[in-house]
Amino acid sequence: MPDRVRPSPADEGFRKELLSVLPHLRAFARGLSGRSDFADDLVQEAAIKAWTARERYQAGTNMRAWTFAILRNHYLSELRRSRRQTDLDEGAAERMLVMEADQEGPLHLDDMESALQKLAPERREAVLLVGASGFSYEEAAEIAGCPIGTMKSRVARARADLARILDGEGSVEVKARKAG
Amino acid sequence: MPGLPPEVRKDGEPGWAGGLRKLYNSVVEEPLPDSFKDLLKKLDDSDDA
Repeated sequence: MPDRVRPSPADEGFRKELLSVLPHLRAFARGLSGRSDFADDLVQEAAIKAWTARERYQAGTNMRAWTFAILRNHYLSELRRSRRQTDLDEGAAERMLVMEADQEGPLHLDDMESALQKLAPERREAVLLVGASGFSYEEAAEIAGCPIGTMKSRVARARADLARILDGEGSVEVKARKAG
Repeated sequence: MPGLPPEVRKDGEPGWAGGLRKLYNSVVEEPLPDSFKDLLKKLDDSDDA
């Protein structure tokens, strides 16, 4: 049947939109996981899931938010799987946060990346969605499947955590450095 | 003059907030790695993949 192999215009439109969000999905996944190879696997798997579920996507709605939610859910299920193996829980992330101490030097992207990885996972996700990806609180709450108020407080806590980590690590250099 | 302290800049956002977006954008601006070729191909001829 020719219909099966020839993509419909709707599929074609979906495909283009999906391709256009891949770089954003990579950035989100990298921020969430802190590992580029793992992040890229997540993105590819999420993209396949999105493609498979494309009939549930309403054209003209927010492709970025829709695919971010897919990626996020996939990431969490991968995390749950590995957590069973490593026994790393959210409390561990908190403890790492408190232990953090004495690195010096200017605020490099690496510093930001490692600071991000010290946040509790739900705070990291929140600040990535709102602070980095530019979603509204409402969109971010929808992606994360939580109330808006919860999202707001997660973002606020993430910001406070980041400020504490980064200011503790290199406030003088951050001050002197032009952010651009 | 070094400017305002890092915790509050004149745009009202902390100094590291720009760093977070910079980090994010640095990944957004990367070309897709070769490992994505298979995915792109799969999406290209998806219906019989």
